[in-house]
Amino acid sequence: MQEGLTIGLSHYLSVAAILFTLGVLGIFLNRKNVIIILMSIELMLLAVNINLVAFSSFLNNLQGQVFALMVLTVAAGEAAIGLAIVVTYFRNRGSIAVEDINMMKG
Amino acid sequence: MSQVSEYLPLLPEIIVVIGALVLLLVGVFNEERGAKMVWGLTMLVIAAAVGFLIKDWGTNTILFNGSFIIDDYARLLKIMVLLGGLVTLYMSITYLSETGIFKSEYSVLILFSLLGMMMMISAGDLIALYLGLEVQSLALYVVASFRRDSVRSSESGLKYFVLGSLSSGMLLYGCSMIYGFTGTIYFNEIATASLVAGAPSLGLIIGLVFLLAGLAFKISAVPFHMWTPDVYEGAPTAVTAFFAACPKIAAMGLLIRVIYSAFPELIDQWQQIIVFIAIASMILGAFGAIGQTNIKRLMAYSSISHMGFALVGLAAGNREGIEGALIYLMIYLVMTVGTFALILSMRRNEEMVENIDDLKGLSQTNLTAAFMLGVLMFSLAGIPPLAGFFAKFYVFMAAVKANLFPLAVIGILSSVVGAFYYLRIIKIMFFDEAKEEFTQMPSQLKLVLGASGLFVLFYVVYPNPIIEVARVAARALLPTI
Repeated sequence: MQEGLTIGLSHYLSVAAILFTLGVLGIFLNRKNVIIILMSIELMLLAVNINLVAFSSFLNNLQGQVFALMVLTVAAGEAAIGLAIVVTYFRNRGSIAVEDINMMKG
Repeated sequence: MSQVSEYLPLLPEIIVVIGALVLLLVGVFNEERGAKMVWGLTMLVIAAAVGFLIKDWGTNTILFNGSFIIDDYARLLKIMVLLGGLVTLYMSITYLSETGIFKSEYSVLILFSLLGMMMMISAGDLIALYLGLEVQSLALYVVASFRRDSVRSSESGLKYFVLGSLSSGMLLYGCSMIYGFTGTIYFNEIATASLVAGAPSLGLIIGLVFLLAGLAFKISAVPFHMWTPDVYEGAPTAVTAFFAACPKIAAMGLLIRVIYSAFPELIDQWQQIIVFIAIASMILGAFGAIGQTNIKRLMAYSSISHMGFALVGLAAGNREGIEGALIYLMIYLVMTVGTFALILSMRRNEEMVENIDDLKGLSQTNLTAAFMLGVLMFSLAGIPPLAGFFAKFYVFMAAVKANLFPLAVIGILSSVVGAFYYLRIIKIMFFDEAKEEFTQMPSQLKLVLGASGLFVLFYVVYPNPIIEVARVAARALLPTI
């Protein structure tokens, strides 16, 4: 092995943690568009998948990869339902800007 | 080779799955009469599932290598959730047909979310936990925005979806950390792995915290409660009734199961968290409800504080605590369903009204309904000798037994604060000048309101069956402690 960078478990975990944090921040800091929120949610789920696959390969255990496949499937369903709800919202309100989602306080 | 008969304990779930799929087709092929037919058949399917659950009472089965646990604990919670779904579906017909959203999909979606709850309650590993939770949540996001032409309904669906997905993401991140630091997804193996390791690793604790954050969102415990008032207010009232009853109970059941079967060794860690969210929920629920004018928002804060009280039982960390929490959930279910029966009947001039002021002088126009709601409000406030008092009594006794005195004291104080807004409703109903009469109350709402009012009134006379089932269920979950 050459001297220098070996990519180990902690690197994968760091990348996943950074992506996950970006996803969470994307939901809270974004003031523009609901679609960006949907993308942030997807980013969070994919960060988790990196985690699961990295652990799975590190532990030599397949459960994590099975879990990752399940997460992918659910993420697809979740995106479909999210987009459908955004469409009905747009029809009623005529806008999907985040600051317009304020009919009810809270 | 495994025998088909091994999977017979799964019959309630199988009935619900096949029922939901068939009813979806029935609804599609009968455009005009479909909605009513599917509505009736859905209730039949739920009743059949409850029947099979009761028939199997007392047996223990673990299926799919430990992913699916069917014991009396799971069975009790499933029966509660299914009955809650049955009754709220039964109540919702007048509301749905008069707001023009009585479609066959509604009943089917409710059935799918009930299926998700049954999977959550029986989950024995992290994948089953996540899948059950998502099956439930995906159906709930859709029913929250079921009134497609209403801005409020679709806004509540959107908010619920965004925050719900955020919480699923956190829960999932927690699951991945737990898997990574214990090397397994099965609850019982997680428990042994954390026992072997001596001091629990930091990664496992981070995972536990994320998992608890995700589940706290689902039971709307503070600090993850912010979606509750908006979703309760915006969603169609029939859906709000369902939200208040079933998903909370299922998520609470899941939380108790995860904590006790996967993390018994980490009690020092999770007890602090649970105590904190219990105190915060009780206090915020009590103070947040004071300024509300909309009765659905009020019920949202009320449910936040009730989840706080149920968490007190969980925080105690002993079997009395679990028993108390289960009894609390049963009584909470009856009280909420009864209260929503009255909220669903608040109609004037062909329109739903949902302000607390609209209840003014109800005692002069409909004394029976006012009396029943009064009983339910006293019970929600926890005034003896009504059922709500005993519910609180059991969890606080468990907390005292576990030496959590500050928790019990803060709980009792916040229930005193909470009594203020429940009593305000009673004052409005009995001592304010009467407003115009509500539209005649449909018979199914009368039935539900009457039944829950009588349950709450007469619980004190014969509480044994409820205590006994809670004891059996708690023993099934915690045979040793």
